[in-house]
Amino acid sequence: MRFLLVEDNAKLAAAVLDRLALDGHVVDHAMDLAMAEDFACVTEYDLILLDIMLPDGDGRDFLNAQRARGADTPVIVLTARSEVSDRVGALDMGADDYIPKPFDFAELEARCRAVLRRRTGAATNVKRFGAVAFDALAGTLTNGDTVITLRNRELRLLEVFFAAPGQIIPKPKLVDRLFSYDEDVSENAIEVYVGRLRKHLEGSEVAIVTVRGLGYRLSVP
Amino acid sequence: MKRRRARPGSIRRRLTLQLLTGAAVMAVVLFLIVFSFARQIGAESQDRILAASAAAILDATTVQSGDLRVDIPYSAFTMLDNAVDDRVFYRITQDGEGLTGYDDLPAARRADGDSAGFDTVTYRGEALRLATLSRLVSIDGTPARIDVTVGQTRDAQAEMLARILRMTVLLGLGFFVASAGLAVLAGQSTAASLQRLAGSVSRRGPADLRPVVAEVPREMRSLVESLNSLIARLSGALNRTEEFIAEAAHRVRTPLATVRAHAENTLRRVDKEENRVALREMMRAIDESSRAAGQLLDHAMVSLRADQLELTPLALRPLVRDVVARLRPVADLKDMDLTFEATHEAEIMGDAILVQNAVRNILDNAIKYAPSETPISVVLTVQTSSATLTIRDLGRGFPLTGSDRLTRRFVRGENASDVVGSGLGLTIAEEVARAHHGSLSIANNEGGPGACVQLSFPLR
Repeated sequence: MRFLLVEDNAKLAAAVLDRLALDGHVVDHAMDLAMAEDFACVTEYDLILLDIMLPDGDGRDFLNAQRARGADTPVIVLTARSEVSDRVGALDMGADDYIPKPFDFAELEARCRAVLRRRTGAATNVKRFGAVAFDALAGTLTNGDTVITLRNRELRLLEVFFAAPGQIIPKPKLVDRLFSYDEDVSENAIEVYVGRLRKHLEGSEVAIVTVRGLGYRLSVP
Repeated sequence: MKRRRARPGSIRRRLTLQLLTGAAVMAVVLFLIVFSFARQIGAESQDRILAASAAAILDATTVQSGDLRVDIPYSAFTMLDNAVDDRVFYRITQDGEGLTGYDDLPAARRADGDSAGFDTVTYRGEALRLATLSRLVSIDGTPARIDVTVGQTRDAQAEMLARILRMTVLLGLGFFVASAGLAVLAGQSTAASLQRLAGSVSRRGPADLRPVVAEVPREMRSLVESLNSLIARLSGALNRTEEFIAEAAHRVRTPLATVRAHAENTLRRVDKEENRVALREMMRAIDESSRAAGQLLDHAMVSLRADQLELTPLALRPLVRDVVARLRPVADLKDMDLTFEATHEAEIMGDAILVQNAVRNILDNAIKYAPSETPISVVLTVQTSSATLTIRDLGRGFPLTGSDRLTRRFVRGENASDVVGSGLGLTIAEEVARAHHGSLSIANNEGGPGACVQLSFPLR
């Protein structure tokens, strides 16, 4: 997907760009409102991540101008200010959601997904292997004729596997992706979710294979 | 030694008292002036009549063939007649030898020449005013001095003075009463302009920091000016505090966000177990400090807003639904079912941002402390005079001991050490409840695991 990140702090922007690229997204980065305007004029984005305090003005002005122009690209506001003072302003100005800094990428991802699901609805990002189709945005897995609505952790786990089919993914990495850092979970907790996914994939050509001592691998036709 | 106290008291009373004292002094002075003037005039007129009487007698004194003849005219005594029947005495002497009249009547100390001399003496037990007039005559070529002394008791004088005294006392009293009335009016009108000013200040809302524009007398303008400059400084300080909180939040959170994002990216790239453990520890610490910073700043902002609370009609149902919808993605990350149920609309008087913040903090706790894949329910119920929001989870609940301390700043449950938290969430919720005259109660679910937090607000 194509993102526009409007953020004046270069270091934070670099980290966010890095992360979004890791997940396979294409991201343009604007340092200020003027740049953001230029980008928004020439490119159609799926989502805009917008900082509020920018060197040449308030991010909400950009949002206002966007909406006034009729551009309805979903916007998630990144705010470093106290939520007590910012919350109402951002949402009233037509932002789809906001997330306070510092943010957990898992939460950012979840919010992006929720916003996109709400705004676009259409399945644009479906991955297919034989009779199995995985729609990460809608959160559904189609196995032959059955459509399964995935729970959030199942969805995220499946995303990891479908992003790198055939590759061995170590258990600790899966733990990092699924659980927050203040949850004390053993690596065995992953097995529960892998077990559920295997059940969903039963009867298809797609399978999650245990590679003893190393992790798991998605085997596809 | 007694220390002299500053006089607080009432301006109206003080002003009235001062004006009354002034009026009393003026009344007494008026009385003294009028009375002494009247007495002086009375005395002068008696003196003039006595002198005229003496002159008339002297005029009637003739020398006929070497003999001195005094033919006292009737008019000389009638002019001294008055209503009180003052007694009149006279004596005529020639070179000090008594010719006629009361022999023991003394003469007034002489003035000189033709003018009369006056004196007040005690004669036969009574105060007597005397006038003596002299003339030199020639009897057979020999000069002789004729002295005519006329005396009169002072009863009429005394009576007239008594009358004037009564009148001036009445005049003084009247003057005093009239001034007193004016003093009270002056006191009231002065106090009234002060009260108008006080009223225009005290009627305003807690967040109204506009300058005072009440019409006041010139003398009070400096008071209004200093009041306005105080208001300006206060509102400046409040604005600066708000800006400071926002700025501080920005300064603290942006670098934390950078570090956290880098750490998270790095974690995805490293494979070595000890590095991963270190990174996870680091991210935990970042979360801890950013949460503490965020909550501290939120708490400061909540306190600031609660201090200058502006209550507006607030529909609780959409407000809570919004907060729940916003937190659903976070609950989803743990596969928790976050449900909201409200049969009735509940309208309260409140500050939307504060109420949202309170609800968000309670829900944050529930999501943090309850295990994955457990439900969290938010139920809004309406009672006769209040609306109650009940938030239940199936987590570890509150510790059995010391749960009443959990609303204090930085106090965390004994069973909460494994979860990142600042110990301010319930403090904020409680502060918001208190500012709205509502209440926050924390308990565990009856006969089961999990916490039950209730937030109540009085209905509008």
